[in-house]
Amino acid sequence: MAGPEQWTEHFVNVIARASSQLPPDVVDALRRGRDAEAPDSLAQKALDSVLRNIEVAKGNWQPICQDTGTPLVWIHHPVGMSTRMLTAAFEEAVRRATAKQVLRPNAVDTLTDRNTGNGAAPGIPTVHCEEWDSGDVEVHLMLKGGGCENVGAQYTLPNPKLKADRDLEGVKRCILDAIHQAQGKGCAPGIIGACFGGDRGSGFLESKRQLLRPLPDRNPVGELDAMEQEILEKANQLGIGPMGFGGKTTVLGVKVGYLGRLPASYFVSVSYMCWANRRCTARIQPSGEVTWLD
Amino acid sequence: MARLTLPCDEATVRKLKVGDFVELTGRMITGRDAAHHWLMHGFREEVAPYMKNSVIYHVGPVVKKHEDGTYSFVAAGPTTSAREEPFQADVIGRYGLRGVIGKGGMFAKTLAGLKEHGAVYLHAVGGTAQVLAACVKKVETVFQLKEFGVPEALWVIDVEDFPVVVTMDSHGGSLHAEVESASRKKLEELLGLGA
Ligand code: SF4
Repeated sequence: MAGPEQWTEHFVNVIARASSQLPPDVVDALRRGRDAEAPDSLAQKALDSVLRNIEVAKGNWQPICQDTGTPLVWIHHPVGMSTRMLTAAFEEAVRRATAKQVLRPNAVDTLTDRNTGNGAAPGIPTVHCEEWDSGDVEVHLMLKGGGCENVGAQYTLPNPKLKADRDLEGVKRCILDAIHQAQGKGCAPGIIGACFGGDRGSGFLESKRQLLRPLPDRNPVGELDAMEQEILEKANQLGIGPMGFGGKTTVLGVKVGYLGRLPASYFVSVSYMCWANRRCTARIQPSGEVTWLD
Repeated sequence: MARLTLPCDEATVRKLKVGDFVELTGRMITGRDAAHHWLMHGFREEVAPYMKNSVIYHVGPVVKKHEDGTYSFVAAGPTTSAREEPFQADVIGRYGLRGVIGKGGMFAKTLAGLKEHGAVYLHAVGGTAQVLAACVKKVETVFQLKEFGVPEALWVIDVEDFPVVVTMDSHGGSLHAEVESASRKKLEELLGLGA
């Protein structure tokens, strides 16, 4: 098995790809959105700019957005592999990618209020390691922008203002409200990751994990699949549109998961991902061979 | 599609209305949080001539320094403008700005300032860092680079066909307020809420 240095190299490649190459399912959804907007509308012009930007970034391997986001990574690893080694290798990869200008120096030490300059700070990046049965390593990386992170929201049910009870209908109401609150501020059209149940921390984490699902991925749980489709359809009736300019394309996808909860709590956690949905999945075999899954 | 050459006069800006798509050509200045604090504490003679009748762009660019000492913009999409809300109207008035470029829109105080001084809020497409950097043809000069660092410095740039949408005009119009209220109505209808 490879040592820390090789893992760092793999991770730098994953970061570079995520930052510059938008996954094809997201590009397709943006294209469909563009074609659905009225010719020459502000919405269509905005999406034209977005699509052109995606092409330029891809061709030049340049960051799609100058906010290269917070790196969140989930690493599946074989039995017996050191999670401390993987975590350290990923942190080093973030520092190296920042030095190579693949990432912008994007981490502020909140106590001193200084940019650390190297992309890392307490809690940044966040690395989640999960052991699995395969002998391969699978890396799921997300670069989560600040503008869209700022419009995430958490609700507690019941919520009388939204007439939202502790049931799936109530969950749906919260998610639609969050989309309305966000307007275009998270760089719409966005992708919604949501989780009901959990505690305040685990709920948000699961909502982010939902964002790793490709857009065409359908929820295996029937009720949740129906909820995802319904929210998507209704959100796009709100008329917020790209950048909040008005239009039909407000949300590209909705992904909902759930966790157990205490009897006393019922949280609905909503994460908003901007159109620059920079996720990347790589499967790395023991031989070092890499397969790109995103 | 309208073209707007910078610097420009008040009458030209007063003609712009919410929903207009405009391409900017000419000289503008960049500035975000640190710049707005700095501009508010005193009158900064050295940058004032670059701001008069021009626009300030809320951006934290990625900038490349060349061997001959010149700079070019590598990535330059708009940042969220809301953070400058407390200062923006005063900065507009004090320096005679004709506009602000950013994303996400601004609020009542700025809207009133736009009306009073004859200026507009111009929304660039968030995230389009590459497309917008390509519109920056030249970096003329830079202020407060050492003090604020690259993203927060005040860069004087020449742009060509820089695409923006007027989302707040000098007559009290705001596309953000319009879309917010129309979408709220729709949400209430979908959820059976409201009065
Ligand atoms: S929210 Fe907008 S500015 Fe921030 S990373 Fe996403 S596209 Fe870029």
